[in-house]
Amino acid sequence: MTDSTTGTTDLTTQPATLASELFAPGVGAQAGPPTTPASDTGSAGNASPGAHSHGGPTPTGSPPERLTSTDPDVFGAPTGREETWRFTPMKRIRPLLDGAASDARLTWTTDLPEGVELSRVDAGDPLIKGLPEPVDRLAALTRQRAGGADVVRVAKEAQLDRPVTLALAGTGGDDVVWGQLVIDVGAFAKATVVLDHTGPAKYSGGVTVLAGDGAQVTLVSVQDWAPGSVHGGQYDAVVGRDATYKQVVVTLGGDLVRLVSNVQYSGTGGRADLFGVYFSDQTQHQEHRLWVDHAVPNCTSNVLYKGALQGEGARTVWIGDVRIRPAATGTETYELNRNLVLTDGARADSVPNLEIETGEIVSAGHASATGRFDDEQLFYLCSRGIDAETARRLVVRGFFADVVQNIGIDALQDRLMGTIETRLGAAFSDPDPASSIQPVEVA
Amino acid sequence: MSVLEIRDLHVSVGEGDDAKEILRGVDLTVRSGETHAIMGPNGSGKSTLAYSIAGHPKYTVTGGTVTLDGEDVLAMTVDERARAGLFLAMQYPVEVPGVSVSNFLRTAATAIKGEAPKLRTWVKDVKAEMELLEMDSAFAERNVNEGFSGGEKKRHEILQMRLLKPAIAILDETDSGLDVDALRIVSEGVNRTREEGEIGVLLITHYTRILRYIKPDFVHVFVAGKVVAEGGAELADQLENEGYAAYVKDSNELAAAEGARA
Ligand SMILES: Nc1ncnc2c1ncn2[C@@H]1O[C@H](COP(=O)(O)OP(=O)(O)O)[C@@H](O)[C@H]1O
Ligand SMILES: [Mg+2]
Repeated sequence: MTDSTTGTTDLTTQPATLASELFAPGVGAQAGPPTTPASDTGSAGNASPGAHSHGGPTPTGSPPERLTSTDPDVFGAPTGREETWRFTPMKRIRPLLDGAASDARLTWTTDLPEGVELSRVDAGDPLIKGLPEPVDRLAALTRQRAGGADVVRVAKEAQLDRPVTLALAGTGGDDVVWGQLVIDVGAFAKATVVLDHTGPAKYSGGVTVLAGDGAQVTLVSVQDWAPGSVHGGQYDAVVGRDATYKQVVVTLGGDLVRLVSNVQYSGTGGRADLFGVYFSDQTQHQEHRLWVDHAVPNCTSNVLYKGALQGEGARTVWIGDVRIRPAATGTETYELNRNLVLTDGARADSVPNLEIETGEIVSAGHASATGRFDDEQLFYLCSRGIDAETARRLVVRGFFADVVQNIGIDALQDRLMGTIETRLGAAFSDPDPASSIQPVEVA
Repeated sequence: MSVLEIRDLHVSVGEGDDAKEILRGVDLTVRSGETHAIMGPNGSGKSTLAYSIAGHPKYTVTGGTVTLDGEDVLAMTVDERARAGLFLAMQYPVEVPGVSVSNFLRTAATAIKGEAPKLRTWVKDVKAEMELLEMDSAFAERNVNEGFSGGEKKRHEILQMRLLKPAIAILDETDSGLDVDALRIVSEGVNRTREEGEIGVLLITHYTRILRYIKPDFVHVFVAGKVVAEGGAELADQLENEGYAAYVKDSNELAAAEGARA
């Protein structure tokens, strides 16, 4: 299988070996060229076993400029036909979009190493005014209703001896929880922050990471929600001069999770690595939308998202927009999304989109592949005596471990791989995987 | 004592109108302690034979039998064949991202032996075999075949053969693409196994080069999907000097004649 690459310059590059690493020939890979109107996306699933492919380029549909505002009404009420909402099941996100202001909170359990300060600022605080603006109505409502922000401050030059952990648990109330978190990491500090979302919740939470000059920041966001939970959120990172920002998003639980991750660079020499793993079971909708905006020279971005789907109605959406503006010379960017469709009746949409407005870049590329298991890998493992079920599990575990190991926290990695394995066990040992996991309504 | 018997094996690839017969009646018997070289030109069906014995789903057996000690190999799944004692060192080993060599080897050994090998002795065994194959210990932590050079992949195949201790090993062009050093190392690995035990070896090769290191007891010339000549090691010398030309010509005529009759 091949990935076609197109761009507004011919500097786009793609390793040819990429898709063949995991997916058998002919299982449908596509790389989306930019600037073509929306009519179809790189979607797969609901296809005959083992195969998905569609001819022609994958259009993007993402507008060259995004509307941003703190005023929800600027966006109007989404109908589901808008580019940003067209993949989202509107009925299931309505509880957030139509949710009233509330005082409900998630239960916070925090571990704050020395050098870290947790505080609250109100809506009028200059810090809030300076945050990147919301990009859709839900994010704007969230900014407004959160009424300020919880702020994690890491002192400049601090070298934390352990990760900052914010365990955020839903309590299952009817009210929507609105939240805004700001993680402000001072210059040359080194910090890892873990957001560990569990429990039943209707939660709409904004997260902004400000990585100071030369800072090294890792943000891990785990969505291990109880079944039936709904979670929407806009994540922004502002990457300072020579700073590095690593984000690892792990979405496993909940009924609907829709996260929008944006990256901008406030100085030259910044680097952003965006990793993601998602696993959608029967009826779960997991949507990850990325927007990396290269507007200053000599910055790097690297995106790797991997997902697996199993069961009737499992649905994932991955949108990867990368924009290289005229001023962003010396940019280096690569993004990759892979989806593993484990059973019939699941559907993965994957839309990479690269827009390049300067020829003076180092490299730019993107790819997307969606498919079933690679039969050659299975054959190889089985030919060594390993039974097919164990072989599948090895392959899928490897598929995820590749991303999860970027977290860099052994205990958390083990927990997440354990969760993934349990769910794989359900897929492979249960003759009717759809029956093994039943979503329940949040009370 | 094990015996692999292949009788009148017919195999095709592709489906429906695209189906194409590749093996056209192969007869071959490999016993413990014997080394058989199968030599044939490119495209003659050597890998098809190897894959068909191992059970690759791409190949359809349309006639004939394969038995191991009387058991019907063709009725077994791929993993059952391996557990029954068959091993295939592949011409093109497959990359498995995210699965480490050490995890893979241990999982395979557990499957073959029916229980997890004792950790202490296992680690020692793996290390010792890797040293003999001149593989760096860092290999164990790499992903299976991912980014391996051609020579590294072949050593990794032989390492697996050493650790899994099959009754019958099929080596599909294990010599191809190896430099002289790697060829020697790999051949020594095969010879150690032959000296130690009762392994039966089916050594598939295009060239005679490896036969200078691994002396075959029998040589079979394989052309157009069947064995067209058989002999001892001297047959390999003849092929070295004269090539396959004589056989290929004969077989073309043979195929044409058979095609006319069909
Ligand atoms: N999947 C396939 N579809 C069609 N033809 C195939 C397929 N696999 C192998 N062949 C053909 O079968 C013949 C034998 O191939 P192979 O067994 O690989 O030969 P060898 O190993 O002797 O070089 C070749 O003509 C090859 O093109
Ligand atoms: Mg071959």
